[in-house]
Amino acid sequence: MAKLPLIFTVNGAEQAEFVDGDALLVDVLRDKLGMTGTRVGCGQGTCGACTVLIDGAPALSCLTLAVRANGKDVTTVEGLAMGGTLHALQTAFAEGFATQCGFCTSGMLVAAKALLDRDPDPDRDAVVDAISGNICRCTGYEPIINAILAAAADLRGARSA
Amino acid sequence: MALDIVRADSVGQAAGVLAGDDGARFLAGGTFLVRAITAGDVSIRTVVLSDGLGLDRIALGDPIEIGSAVTMAQVLGEPHLGFLHPVADSIGGPAVRAMATIGGNLFAQSPYGDFAVALLALGASVVSEGADGEASQDLEAFLAEGPPRGRIVRAVRFATPAAGAFRYLKITRKHPHGASVLSIAAVLPVPGGTLAGVRVAYGAMSPRPMRARAVEAALEGRPLDAAAIEAATKVAADGTMPEDDPQASAWYRRAVLPVHLRRLLSGEEG
Amino acid sequence: MEHVREFFAAERGDDGKAVGTSLARSDALGHVTGQTQFYADRQFPGMLHLKMVRSPHHHARIRSLDTSEAEKLPGVVRVITHKDVPANVYTILRLIQVEPNDEPVLAEDKVRFKGEQVVAILAESEAVAREAVARVKVDYEELPAVFDVEEALKPGAPLVNEYHGHNWFTYEGHHCRRVRHGDVEKGFAEADHVIEERYESSPIEHAPVETTGCIVVPEANGRLTCYSNTQALFFTLDNAGLILNVPFQKLRLIGGTVGGGFGGKVDVITEPVAMLGAMLTGRPVKYAYSREEEMQVSSPRAAERLYIKDGVMNDGRIVARKVRLYVDAGAYSRHSPYGTTKASAHMPGPYTIPNVSVDAHCVYTNRTPSSAMRGFGVTIGDFALEVQMDKLARLVGMDPIAFRIRNAYRDGDMKAHGELTKGAALVETMQAAAQIAGWPISAEDAAASSTRAGG
Ligand SMILES: Cc1cc2nc3c(=O)[nH]c(=O)nc-3n(C[C@H](O)[C@H](O)[C@H](O)COP(=O)(O)OP(=O)(O)OC[C@H]3O[C@@H](n4cnc5c(N)ncnc54)[C@H](O)[C@@H]3O)c2cc1C
Ligand code: FES
Ligand code: FES
Repeated sequence: MAKLPLIFTVNGAEQAEFVDGDALLVDVLRDKLGMTGTRVGCGQGTCGACTVLIDGAPALSCLTLAVRANGKDVTTVEGLAMGGTLHALQTAFAEGFATQCGFCTSGMLVAAKALLDRDPDPDRDAVVDAISGNICRCTGYEPIINAILAAAADLRGARSA
Repeated sequence: MALDIVRADSVGQAAGVLAGDDGARFLAGGTFLVRAITAGDVSIRTVVLSDGLGLDRIALGDPIEIGSAVTMAQVLGEPHLGFLHPVADSIGGPAVRAMATIGGNLFAQSPYGDFAVALLALGASVVSEGADGEASQDLEAFLAEGPPRGRIVRAVRFATPAAGAFRYLKITRKHPHGASVLSIAAVLPVPGGTLAGVRVAYGAMSPRPMRARAVEAALEGRPLDAAAIEAATKVAADGTMPEDDPQASAWYRRAVLPVHLRRLLSGEEG
Repeated sequence: MEHVREFFAAERGDDGKAVGTSLARSDALGHVTGQTQFYADRQFPGMLHLKMVRSPHHHARIRSLDTSEAEKLPGVVRVITHKDVPANVYTILRLIQVEPNDEPVLAEDKVRFKGEQVVAILAESEAVAREAVARVKVDYEELPAVFDVEEALKPGAPLVNEYHGHNWFTYEGHHCRRVRHGDVEKGFAEADHVIEERYESSPIEHAPVETTGCIVVPEANGRLTCYSNTQALFFTLDNAGLILNVPFQKLRLIGGTVGGGFGGKVDVITEPVAMLGAMLTGRPVKYAYSREEEMQVSSPRAAERLYIKDGVMNDGRIVARKVRLYVDAGAYSRHSPYGTTKASAHMPGPYTIPNVSVDAHCVYTNRTPSSAMRGFGVTIGDFALEVQMDKLARLVGMDPIAFRIRNAYRDGDMKAHGELTKGAALVETMQAAAQIAGWPISAEDAAASSTRAGG
């Protein structure tokens, strides 16, 4: 079967690839574009390590056929830092010990970004809900929740300053 | 191994592809189907995308009509469907909710299908389209007969329940979101002081979502009081055929069902 | 305690002030930017995917093996069976004289647990490899299986592992690891109360978010480079060298970045087969567990069962403790003989008891082989011991903290396995815990110390 064209935007840059029908978005990101920050922990939707944003909404790239990203705007963990400056979430995760082995971190950050883009002042329950599709086996979640709340406060401060 | 991708121009055309090809499947959110493809289900050779077929709309008339490609996140974004928010909110984390569709949920097997459970309690009908055109079917019959080959679900329709009449609860082991140990949805109208037109549905109490007929019969025509709740609780597990899975054993599901039903009916939970 | 600074003194920049301060993780920046490279983040042209044919049975004889249909599938590059493995039978801890070798890399005449590796398929893509796996025909004769440690030790139980000849690991000629101290029977006879309780745990899966796996690349200089997420690089290197019959310097292991291990990645399962695949094909080979494999076949923490029998006096002194402990190794040894020794050494807990007897059994069953996990051999025993301590305290009507302080070991006390206690801090730890928790303790207990004998 012929390959299918896939033209989409990843972290602000246009990309064009030819992909197989059964190619997954996560495989295109990792294997074709070399953006290995998006991780695969299960390949079945249960761990959240592969979370990316598609047109701003969180999506599991392991359950997304790549061709469906055609014409869409995809954001991965690599797109969080703007021009070398870390996103407030990244700083908060690093400083708040919200990352240990680091394997869940990319998905956590992207899921958290989806929340803060929509709700700049989330309460704790909203944060817990935002990462409820993401599994972390190392941290026990508390440092992650605290880091997201800290980043939200930081971003609000930056905005009002 | 190779997978053909079909983008159809209309639902009718898409249904035609499905009818003519054993290996073709309709792809909505993909939370089940893509998982099956990745896991190596080689019977799937073609997928017909739901994209661009106009199935992702909610019409707030009477009845309410929800397009099959509407996602849980879309339901959550619609203030007029507030009574269904707890249901949509209980299905996976934000990423799953942004992908999972109402149509796909009708095809789910235990322990999934929580939205279908709610629709069953709401007495929804399923509008589908095939080579012979559009048809409407009661959801209960749809679930009993199994997925129609070569037909695409366009939408589900249901009347708005009386204010406060709809109740839903879902028991999970993982919090705040997880697969169901069981879920219960009920529409409990009390127009003149007594229950009339009661509908109760269960998730994860049989391979597909089911109606709790014995419970409905025990409640119908009575005031929603302690005696009625007691009578309903007694027959809670009638007709259930739960399965053993990592969430719970069949035994456990049967054992706790009456407790949760009582809480739902008495308003302690849900 | 003395701070030893002799080693690498010149390379150590620390000024001894790290304790009590928060130091940034050196890997945090890589993690939050997605730049950290895990083993699977590497790509090699021509890389083959390895998928495993696994036993669907808990215990079965293999009558015959037919791989011909799999070999015919386009895209299948090589099929590997036990006959291809130079030294197929091994055990991880042979490196520290744990014997005998009892585990085949690929099953020979028998499978001993559900999910055991039987045939490896190397193919151009994962999808082809998966389809080829489904085409391998294995003719099994199912055998009775045993899943319970005590059942497995009964006469007439199905024999799980022929390399041992019985369903237990042999410790210096004994059927269990033993600790003997004083005379427990005499202790029980003199005690005011004697109770025996039973404790049991299930296997626990580590469930790391990154599944176990490796990529092996054959280099032009004849060496194999293996990128792995193992927690045990040198166990892996040495065992792989022995299994493949190649000198150790031919193997190069690159690791250190582990997406969650918790002890679950100390086994040597994926690397030897992937290395063999790379040797046989001359191409890079990736062998990564799927999520299902991680949950089904990676070693969990062992299930344990303990019987703890105690003799206690009305004044709260424990005078005798007898422990019968069973560690469910599953079908193969892996780290369990060592874990069982640890379990026995950990008894009777941090308490000074004059009469102690411990029998710790490392038992083979047809369950998934168990292995290391955070404090293995210790954690479950501690749970049992501390629940037991609460029960004993209740029995003699004492406060649980006071009861523990009474029995806590002090510096200079003789431990059950014949070593003098030093550096004990249990009393002080409990005093601090009681204070933080607002748990009232008596003036006498508040004044107790690990450095003075008594209780
Ligand atoms: C991590 C995770 C958690 C989940 N948690 C829950 C949960 O808590 N509760 C729950 O109920 N479910 C849960 N699910 C299951 C699933 O996401 C939902 O049931 C979802 O609604 C399925 O919809 P989909 O659009 O993704 O289906 P798809 O995977 O796209 O399709 C599923 C099946 O339905 C068919 N189909 C879909 N739409 C149509 C249509 N319009 N016409 C004809 N056929 C159609 C497809 O051909 C396919 O066979 C979970 C899934 C994951 C991965
Ligand atoms: S890899 Fe996609 S959810 Fe786990
Ligand atoms: S940091 Fe290891 S899984 Fe979250």
